[in-house]
Amino acid sequence: MSSPSPSPTTTPAVPVEPKNYLNCETGVRSWLLTRDHKRIGLMFLACVTAALFLGGLFAMLIRIELLTPDETIMSAQTYNRMFTLHGVVMIFLFMIPAIPSGFGNFVLPMMIGAEDVAFPRLNLASWYIYLAGAAFALWGMVHGGADTGWTFYTPYSTTTFTKVVPILLGAFIIGFSSIATGINFIVTVHTMRGPGLTWNKLPLFVWSIYATSIIQVLATPILGITVLLTAIEHAFGFGIFDPAHGGDPVLFQHMFWFYSHPAVYIMVLPAMAVMSEIVPTFARKNIFGYKAIAYSSVGIALVGFFAWGHHLFTSGQSTFNAGVFGVISMIVGVFTAIKVFNWVGTLYKGRIRFSTPFAYFCGFIYLLVFGGMTGVALATVSLDVHWQDTYFVIAHFHFIMVGATLMAFLAALHYWFPKMFGRTYSEGWGLVAASLIILGFNATFIPQFLLGNAGMPRRYWSYPAEFQALNVASTAGASLLAFGFLTILVYLTIALFYGEKVGRNPWGSRGYEWNSPSPPPKHNFDSPQVFDHPPHDYDSEGHEPEMQTEVHGGTEVHGDDGAKR
Amino acid sequence: MAEHVEAHEHGHEEHHPRLQHHFQDMRTQQHAARLGMWLFLATEILLFGGLFCAYSYYRTLFPEAWKECSKHLNRPFGLLETFDLITSSFTMVLAIHFTRIGNRKLSVLMLLATATMGFGFLGLHGYEYYHEWLEGALPGKYYHFEEVTATGAPMFYAVYFLMTGLHSAHVFIGGVVLLVLTYLTAKGNYDASYDHPLDLGGLYWHLVDLIWIFLFPLLYLV
Ligand SMILES: [Cu+2]
Repeated sequence: MSSPSPSPTTTPAVPVEPKNYLNCETGVRSWLLTRDHKRIGLMFLACVTAALFLGGLFAMLIRIELLTPDETIMSAQTYNRMFTLHGVVMIFLFMIPAIPSGFGNFVLPMMIGAEDVAFPRLNLASWYIYLAGAAFALWGMVHGGADTGWTFYTPYSTTTFTKVVPILLGAFIIGFSSIATGINFIVTVHTMRGPGLTWNKLPLFVWSIYATSIIQVLATPILGITVLLTAIEHAFGFGIFDPAHGGDPVLFQHMFWFYSHPAVYIMVLPAMAVMSEIVPTFARKNIFGYKAIAYSSVGIALVGFFAWGHHLFTSGQSTFNAGVFGVISMIVGVFTAIKVFNWVGTLYKGRIRFSTPFAYFCGFIYLLVFGGMTGVALATVSLDVHWQDTYFVIAHFHFIMVGATLMAFLAALHYWFPKMFGRTYSEGWGLVAASLIILGFNATFIPQFLLGNAGMPRRYWSYPAEFQALNVASTAGASLLAFGFLTILVYLTIALFYGEKVGRNPWGSRGYEWNSPSPPPKHNFDSPQVFDHPPHDYDSEGHEPEMQTEVHGGTEVHGDDGAKR
Repeated sequence: MAEHVEAHEHGHEEHHPRLQHHFQDMRTQQHAARLGMWLFLATEILLFGGLFCAYSYYRTLFPEAWKECSKHLNRPFGLLETFDLITSSFTMVLAIHFTRIGNRKLSVLMLLATATMGFGFLGLHGYEYYHEWLEGALPGKYYHFEEVTATGAPMFYAVYFLMTGLHSAHVFIGGVVLLVLTYLTAKGNYDASYDHPLDLGGLYWHLVDLIWIFLFPLLYLV
């Protein structure tokens, strides 16, 4: 199939529902033992969504507690556990696996014309490892939780009486899930590209996920050994990080951030991956600067490894080191800016379709730019000393890391939903929820920038009365955000069962994954794939597929395609 | 499904029975497996990398303790363990070689020898651990070793136990993998056209040996 529009011969003659990956086998067993990357992707998505709501619940409780300067609904001890659990759940259970293991699993093999990932069994194992890690962590949460913050700084984490060990082991186990997925994707991209699909024809999503996988493979083992040492330290008191035994707690900080700074890119590179797909589709235009976007992903992955020291500006690092780490951190900003300019360049003179995924792109680019600029400000040592451990840092990383990832997660969910389930959702509700989320996100975190700049420290249970107004504003924003998520949950659930059916390419995208029927058959395509055009190519004569009525309110449709569905 | 099968058979005539459906041909499948294994080995090296960092940091902090404690480790035993592992790497190579030339019996024998040397290593090292336990040289809060007085001696033992402990865990896993491979080879699963599980097992085993080759001089011969 060389043309992206479906040929009439592939339409089944009888009006039976064609076999696809969802209905080819049924029953719980067929899901739990599946090796189909699409099903594994969906199972990951279900889990990370549950984690998102759990972490969101913790966040909501934190915000309610902070409505008043003193105790509102929970004690200080409970509050400490709450923000720890919020961080652990959101980072390890939601953000790190969300886009690579969820959407990446689903679309990456399809984008390169493969039937599956290179190691399907390892892929399934990765899901079970994730579950096992989550079970450990949840067990620890139920039996006392931890009160160290998600960063587990020693010596507190090795002396606290709370249940750090199971939560650390949970993080350790989930790390292997991340490594397995990373190895799988790297090998898949190297060995399973379809005929004619050279590296420079890879969709940008694939490039960015590839860069993410490199970080997952190279950084996660360091987290593994670090949390393992911390757990051993907590359980047996080996003294590696304990000054009483000659150990050095700052060594922990170095090892922890050697993973956890690159981990930021494990979260944000996949977000950039999604956006590089969405921008050309909704601007109806060739991507501007394909190579610049592709290589800057790899650039971020590599430079990201040498920036960890910016978390230790106030931990007794020499001024020279701090300066070097500050400059390296800013270089990451350069790569990010390259991407932003190219996306904006793509929009310029495009024919923009303002659909739900595009709305999330707008939220994304705004959060990325402002989050990124506050990041450059924070990488400046003298400024950082003022903002260290304040709400300014909280707001910064929620903007760039959480905001960008969240926007991309929701954009991807709305963009690939028709491909995954063969149905579409109500576009009107999609835009309403997007506005709620983007508005709510800003209302939550802009007050926190101001609070931080005014000197409110992070992780405190109580605060001086003059900070109350901004805290109330932040909590109000958080409830908007929560309301937005619930709206999405409702209309997507409805769409899953009653949504209008769609053809194979409702967005009229040039992405290779849209060449397959929606939902795709078990082995992804109904005909062998030929990669005869560059990715994101909207300029070639006579090739341009158009957006379909069911996703774009009846405007600008090529009439002949509807009949073939 | 019918279309799929058609699409798949298109282009290559003979199917190796071990070829998984999503790979083009046997060569790609082996290439993928080997690439995956190398990436995994990279993660293993980085896992130990964290400990090597701790090692070099504390060694610069406590050079005296490192010198003294190192003398208290059992050097002849360490040397014996090193020879044991190097030999086992050699027999591993032979096992793959014999499978390739079709001599299953010798291949099984070599694999068994490799596994035996692996578990032998654990036995030898267990004996060392036992001695250190008797001396009171266990790390952290269990430490009450009187003979070494240099500051930082407990830290040496903490690093020593963590590094060798993690390594021994790897030797154990490797040993179990070798036993499984022995069983599968004896069953006749592998031959010249399909041997890459042996190859991958071999790679893992060589890595485990290689790590020890670094650990031995760093800990025993300071
Ligand atoms: Cu950082």
